[in-house]
Amino acid sequence: MRVPLSWLAEYVELPKDSTPHSVMAELVKVGLEEEGAHGGDLRGPIVVGKVLEFVEEEQSNGKTIRWCQVEVAPGVVNGIVCGARNFFVGDKVVVTLPGAALPGGFEIAARKTYGHISDGMIASSRELGLSDEHHGILRLSSMGLDPEVGTDALELLGLAESAAEVNVTPDRGYCLSIRGIAREFSHASGAKFVDPAAQFETYSGQGIALSVSDSAPIHQKPGCSSFFLLGVSNINAQAATPNWMVNRLKLAGMRSISIAVDITNYVMLELGQPLHAYDAEKLVGGFSVRRANAGESLETLDGRLRDLHPEDLLICDDQGPIGLAGVMGGARTEVSESTTKVILEAASFDPISIARSARRHKLPSEASKRFERGVDRLVSRVAASRAAQLLVELAGGKLDGSGADFSMEIGQHAIEMSLDFPSQLVGFSYSPQDVIATLEAIGCLVTQTAETLQVTPPSWRPDLTHKTDLAEEVARLIGYDKIPVRLPVAPPGRGLTRKQQLRRRALSSLTGAGFTEVLNYPFMSESQNQIFSNEPSIRLENPLQGEFGELRKSLLPGLMLAASRNLSRSNLDLALIEEGSVFLPAKGAPILELPIGNKRPDEQLLAKLYESIPNQPRLLAGLLFGNWLPQGPMRKPVAVDYSHAISAVQLVAKAAGLSFELRQKAVRGFHPGRSAEVYVGEQVVGAVGEIHPRVAKEFYLSGAVAAFELDLDQIEKLAPNVLQASELKVMTATTQDLSLVVDADLPAATMVRTIAEGAGELLESVTLVDDYRGAGIGEGKKSLTFGLVFRASDRTLTQQEASASRDAAVALANQRHGAELRA
Amino acid sequence: MRVPLELNQQTVAKALAEALAEVNAADSFAQLKALKSTLVGESSTLSKLNALIKDLPADQKAEAGKLVGSARAELNAVFTRRESELEAIALDQQLEAEKVDMTAAPVSIRQGARHPLSLLMDQISDVFVGMGWEIADGPELENEWFNFDALNFHPDHPARAMQDTFFVSPVENHLLLRTHTSPVQVRSILERELPLYVLCPGRVFRTDELDATHTPVFHQVEGIAVDKGLTMADLKGTLEHFARVMFGPEAKIRLRPSFFPFTEPSAELDVWHAAAKGGPRWVEWGGCGMVNPNVLLAAGIDPEVYSGFAFGMGIERTLMFRNGVRDMHDMVEADVRFSAQFGSVI
Repeated sequence: MRVPLSWLAEYVELPKDSTPHSVMAELVKVGLEEEGAHGGDLRGPIVVGKVLEFVEEEQSNGKTIRWCQVEVAPGVVNGIVCGARNFFVGDKVVVTLPGAALPGGFEIAARKTYGHISDGMIASSRELGLSDEHHGILRLSSMGLDPEVGTDALELLGLAESAAEVNVTPDRGYCLSIRGIAREFSHASGAKFVDPAAQFETYSGQGIALSVSDSAPIHQKPGCSSFFLLGVSNINAQAATPNWMVNRLKLAGMRSISIAVDITNYVMLELGQPLHAYDAEKLVGGFSVRRANAGESLETLDGRLRDLHPEDLLICDDQGPIGLAGVMGGARTEVSESTTKVILEAASFDPISIARSARRHKLPSEASKRFERGVDRLVSRVAASRAAQLLVELAGGKLDGSGADFSMEIGQHAIEMSLDFPSQLVGFSYSPQDVIATLEAIGCLVTQTAETLQVTPPSWRPDLTHKTDLAEEVARLIGYDKIPVRLPVAPPGRGLTRKQQLRRRALSSLTGAGFTEVLNYPFMSESQNQIFSNEPSIRLENPLQGEFGELRKSLLPGLMLAASRNLSRSNLDLALIEEGSVFLPAKGAPILELPIGNKRPDEQLLAKLYESIPNQPRLLAGLLFGNWLPQGPMRKPVAVDYSHAISAVQLVAKAAGLSFELRQKAVRGFHPGRSAEVYVGEQVVGAVGEIHPRVAKEFYLSGAVAAFELDLDQIEKLAPNVLQASELKVMTATTQDLSLVVDADLPAATMVRTIAEGAGELLESVTLVDDYRGAGIGEGKKSLTFGLVFRASDRTLTQQEASASRDAAVALANQRHGAELRA
Repeated sequence: MRVPLELNQQTVAKALAEALAEVNAADSFAQLKALKSTLVGESSTLSKLNALIKDLPADQKAEAGKLVGSARAELNAVFTRRESELEAIALDQQLEAEKVDMTAAPVSIRQGARHPLSLLMDQISDVFVGMGWEIADGPELENEWFNFDALNFHPDHPARAMQDTFFVSPVENHLLLRTHTSPVQVRSILERELPLYVLCPGRVFRTDELDATHTPVFHQVEGIAVDKGLTMADLKGTLEHFARVMFGPEAKIRLRPSFFPFTEPSAELDVWHAAAKGGPRWVEWGGCGMVNPNVLLAAGIDPEVYSGFAFGMGIERTLMFRNGVRDMHDMVEADVRFSAQFGSVI
């Protein structure tokens, strides 16, 4: 809401030297947000001058200028160079004299130009900020003005005006008016406020047929609760809108259109009541207010034919719709230059009905904005009367006694509140006098019985419905800065949950090992989303970019996009991780009818609500590309491969207190020969390997791309709470190597398990140290070399004991896998 | 061919002198080591002379033993001393040869980094865990009821329009990407026992195009406390403590009246940022207020018995003014250099 200061000053006492910023500083205290200052950037001397004579001089650049003699004060004539030629001798014009400043900080000074000293400048309306169009020099006669030479043009044209712009929260619709802002300024500063609604005379008329009905009320609320019409005849629709009004409208952010429309807008800005003017001669019969019928349409003022919805509230005459109530009028009854009689409408409409129509037809208007936020029900008659009065004053109109008045009785419920409730809720001791005085200051009717107040809010505050709203008013007007500070003591907490701790440990382990955490958007294209998962995808109804309309089912495509973006910025060696949600189908059915908001749903419904929500496991994924360690002095680079991804996975296992087992498998999206599933027991918790080169290529990644993805939720469920220590054996260990020849496709992990089982409890550890294929080893075979460490807890083992244990392992390996000792 | 050794004073003295000369002549540890067996070992002259003792008449053995013994002792002492001298020199030489340019070391251990947004959320969580609060998580894709209805957003509230909120197809299913972390507050008061003090950090979504100050995917942290007798003074106290931990002991907070459907009274929260670039100033930090009774009712809590306060702030915005991040793009584009500059500290 933009508030011209001079307008504000009509209804509240503004301090003499107020500026937009000083006004905003006050309004901020009571909850309006500062948006900015407008206007007030012109500085005098800017005066009315009279062109006494001029000479046209052709310049070498082909341009013709006028060397003018302009009287800028009685008897004072300045020589001024002017490039425009749309004025005549005798014209009154606006002259900016040396020392003046134009919008944008353009300073005027006497300067030499085209061979003359130009003592000032003759101004155009654009230079004065009066219009955006360039019509050459502003001739005051074109505005119907003939002021004295030397008159202050800033004053004359209202150019000294400035406006403060504040943001109004949606609960305070009454602040979308000068009336409401003036009231708030008074609350903030204590300045005296005069309610404009009480200042203007009210009129009424009769004889216009009117019927108000509602066949489809929304939430049982009638669409129209009051409808007031007032006829004004004999108007001159071509009358010029006075400058002061044009300026105020402009400062308030509205364009001047015609006298009738300008007046309705002006009164709306002043009182907050949207008004509409119909051309009475274009109306057929009487008025009716009703919901639209199926198949009906209306051509609105903007020239668009709109198909109406049965929920749309309409203003109609006997021929059909003439307006979309509270949103926009119809084209058929639009006021034009030839209009001589108008009928003014001031109504009260249901906020929700108007909001839905405005949204449905994508027509947010100044009117709908106000109706959506609630308009003072009792101001409509005043507003229509004020507009009629202005039509009389400014367009020669005459109140012809025609009109209509429909109004539903709406009971105003008093809110009961104990006197000390504001103190209890806010934590500051307000005196009973403060509470009552504050509520009365905002317009409430307050009656007291013992310790209880009955508070009836004023008609312009439909937002006040509960005692907490009243407590807020008390706290707001007395000041949030008065509220003391107290630190509440929470009951003893349990710290982070297991899941939260696991997330942190996993991220710390991996970043400690050299990974960099990134956070990617979850929006995927259909094809990206198919790479790693064939589960059904969840689609957005309104994605920002249509192509990326699905929600991710894997973190890996996002990581690959992040990798290509990094590559494009020459970040070549990458080890990325991301922890985040993926989106998978819900367990339960959708809930088509939502329960109401202010009541706890029963447990069964609550369970259904929970189950309607898609499954969103938290995953942890990593992607490696380029070198793990870069080249350095006397150091070859270490290129990434699947082993880095596997080591990372094992770090996560450690962070969870689990051991992971890999089972070779061609995982979707991965290199078929270089991927595995990650198991805890018989449960799959993730995958690891190298990305399929065809997939990598789609993301412009060439060379090995290693990756892993783990389900942190699953892992957390499987993770132990407390780990139990095992005994450390301190006797001397005996080590032996063992080379076995087996089938090439037998997983090494299987051999490790067999050896451990066969060797028995003397074996402390077994480590794969070599995998050899080739000369000396049969076709389709490989030689695996293991380092074995034997140890007992009570004695130093002899070589014989260790060998016996080893031989047992070999025997089992032979029996199970046909393993042979390597010759 | 060699003349058989004779054991007498002269031969012992000569053998000692020759051996000492050789020890002293050795000028490297390696050379001395190579001489060890010939000078002090079994094959050395003195050892051989020593071996002759056993053939001497018994009455001469003691004297001869003493003679050879003292010579061997002297030689051993000199040898050992010389050995350690040369060893030290050799080590010095070796170390000199091993000299490297310490400023040219290759990278052997990678350095990783947490994302500053996730670090900041962890840090904020720790502040509240320290006060006894618990940290709650919730789904990013929510049922509309948790995101709006239960938070006192009327079904026709403008925030529920498509221009602000990402809806899941088909819209009749009432599923959306949460527009704030407040649904986690709703879940907390539905599921937890009273009194409760819960902080909800997380990722939220609004249909804003990415630019220097907006991103469709961002992060918030919200807190909610529901207890008997909580007031706005408790809200102020909590926020002031939080502000001081985040921005230093000089930090203070200021509340300005505002409006949110889920709080009443409501306030905008400003923080006095003493270390702000360009000088200390008030910075808009978040929103807060007393939990609206309708929200308590949605969870089946009697607002006549319990009251609560809630607050929330943007993590991106906090990182921007606290750590001087100028452009939102840096936080969302996953450029590793952005995280790397922070490492594990913000």
